[in-house]
Amino acid sequence: MPGAILASVARGRYDAGPMTNPDAIDARGLCRRYGRRWALVDVSFRVAAGTSVMVAGRNGSGKSTLLRIVSTAIRADRGTARVLGHDIRAERETVRRRTALLSHASYLYESLTALENLAIAARFLGREARRAALLPLLAEVELAERADDAVSTFSAGMRKRLALARTLLQEGGLVLLDEPYGELDPPGFRLVDRLFGTLRARGCAVLMATHLLERGAALCDEGIVLDGGRLRWQGPARDLPSLGGLDPATLPEGR
Amino acid sequence: MTQLLAALRKEWLLQSRAFAALLAVLVFGATALLLFSFAVGPNYDLLRGNAPGFLWLALLLSSTLTLAESFQAEMEHRALEGQLLLPATATAVYYAKALANWAQLTVLGIAMVPLMVALYDATMPRPLALLGIIALGAAGLSAPGTLYAAMTQQARSRQTLLPLLLFPLVVPVLIAAVKATSLLMLGDPMGQVWSWTLLLVAFDAIHWSLCGLLFGRVVED
Amino acid sequence: MADPSRPSPVPGPGAGFAFMGLGASLLAAGSYLGLFVAPRESYMGDVYRIMYAHVPTAWNTMLAFTFAFGAALAFLLSANFKWDARHEAAVEVGVVMAGLLCLQGSIWARPTWGVWWDWDPRLTTTAVMFFAFVGILALRRFVEDPVKRATWSAVATIIAYADVPIVYYSVRWWNSLHQMQSSPETVSAVFVIPLRTNAFGVLFFMTGLITLRTRIASLRLRQEMAPPLPEPAPVLAPGAAR
Repeated sequence: MPGAILASVARGRYDAGPMTNPDAIDARGLCRRYGRRWALVDVSFRVAAGTSVMVAGRNGSGKSTLLRIVSTAIRADRGTARVLGHDIRAERETVRRRTALLSHASYLYESLTALENLAIAARFLGREARRAALLPLLAEVELAERADDAVSTFSAGMRKRLALARTLLQEGGLVLLDEPYGELDPPGFRLVDRLFGTLRARGCAVLMATHLLERGAALCDEGIVLDGGRLRWQGPARDLPSLGGLDPATLPEGR
Repeated sequence: MTQLLAALRKEWLLQSRAFAALLAVLVFGATALLLFSFAVGPNYDLLRGNAPGFLWLALLLSSTLTLAESFQAEMEHRALEGQLLLPATATAVYYAKALANWAQLTVLGIAMVPLMVALYDATMPRPLALLGIIALGAAGLSAPGTLYAAMTQQARSRQTLLPLLLFPLVVPVLIAAVKATSLLMLGDPMGQVWSWTLLLVAFDAIHWSLCGLLFGRVVED
Repeated sequence: MADPSRPSPVPGPGAGFAFMGLGASLLAAGSYLGLFVAPRESYMGDVYRIMYAHVPTAWNTMLAFTFAFGAALAFLLSANFKWDARHEAAVEVGVVMAGLLCLQGSIWARPTWGVWWDWDPRLTTTAVMFFAFVGILALRRFVEDPVKRATWSAVATIIAYADVPIVYYSVRWWNSLHQMQSSPETVSAVFVIPLRTNAFGVLFFMTGLITLRTRIASLRLRQEMAPPLPEPAPVLAPGAAR
């Protein structure tokens, strides 16, 4: 779609050179529908380079849809977004190369072992896929001793850990975490906190959807709240826990 | 190229764990071969004459099982989507998958031949040529089959849709493969096997290029 | 992908009905000429007169599927949903025409060769196409997402259409014992004029049908891809002061 790119140049928005340090996410009017239902309506927000934003909202509020659109896993029916300066439609491959998504689906094969699952992803990334190269990664998520067990023998929490390891394999400027704490035990919570810190130290921007308001607020800089697919609140993450739950009726006005 | 190799290694790993499934499909094919003979009755002349057709029908029916199976693991935890986001090239994923399906179908076809010989008293004067025909015919089934399996595994009522879309399309494969097989088995006085082989090659060439080109559009949202 | 933000206006049904009316009157004229003016054929007698319906149907069926192929290709290249509507209409009308064609072929085959189905390559190819495109219609029914439905069915149409010549040649070689019946290339104008009139009659009638069906598809697409409703106004608590 060279036309779209040229139009952006004319409007002066296509200036994503390395020196300008573009926003990690610049979303404008994102909409998405499943069948007849709109799951996401006109969501616009920004994530500055190197910062972290948490996405809060009740079940079905559109958090996962938002993360999946930004990662280019699914299309946006309307609106657009630039990720690290790249358009999610016109420059999909670049966006994919520079983002990592921890999805609700684990992206794993049941019949293969933990190590084999990681090796498959590593080979597609053109990375070292030998045992010695991948074991440290498994050790990081505390799965090293189960490296040669098939995923079908794993508990939900262990699958989450393995999916986390798979996400860490990708080196990108933006990491999208969809419910990283889901199904994990308390040591797993601390593990996610630790990995979050590692990602920030690498300079990654992080967009994290979670229901754990205190935990998320302690880690993230900014927060946004979705309700019924619409953006309801936007502000410093530390204010999120004091909003009085996520009942939209009690959310203060304002963006 | 790295992408294709990565995709092939993935298929190899998946296939190495799916041996039991392949065996089950083979049993299904064998059952089909057995059932076809009941449609004709214990008349060896008739059975022998129909053996090539029965072989290819059994392989066609088995193919819907292996093709659907090949995308089952990809869709279960959205592993395919995960790979495309890495990003893996859709074309590489397609060709690796189509090659894996081709290998499976070829193995199935070869494994059915002795069964056919035993059940139908068929003769096998040119086993190597038959191997080639089975490989070419399996390639014709696997190229469009892989594409349509990727499509139908994401849709509702996937079990019905795959054969509904695939069977009319592979009519030429069925005709050419059956003709070539029976010429190999029952004698080929006019050397017609080559023209049928050529037809299979043409079908394979068209579908292996066209389906590879279109696969990306099918798996992206 | 798609840009549904500017839905093109859907025209009224007038043009479609006009085409159908024109087609129907041409068909009436051509059929009158074919049934009552053209002389009996020396070999087949009156049975041959089905040709005046059969051959125009055959030509136009191929045309409908060709148009469907073009529309599918145009959709994949442009992501413009007006091509999806045309694609849907052309496939559906093409399937009906192919079904009619098979029926006419059977009716012709019975008195001529004594069988309902004679595995003639053209007729058999039509039957295969009929099933291939019925499968595509089924696929469209089973996919709710409009973008996926449009893309997948366009892909399936392109592959099915590319398959047509291979099917034709494979059936022809397969059934090489069968004598190819010649197309009616009778020189006399008395045979040709009703044939041509009916060919254009079917063409216009079919164009009308496709136009009307496209309109229905466009209306449904517009509904499916309508923009989200504006945010509902906040409900004021009862008794709250304004």
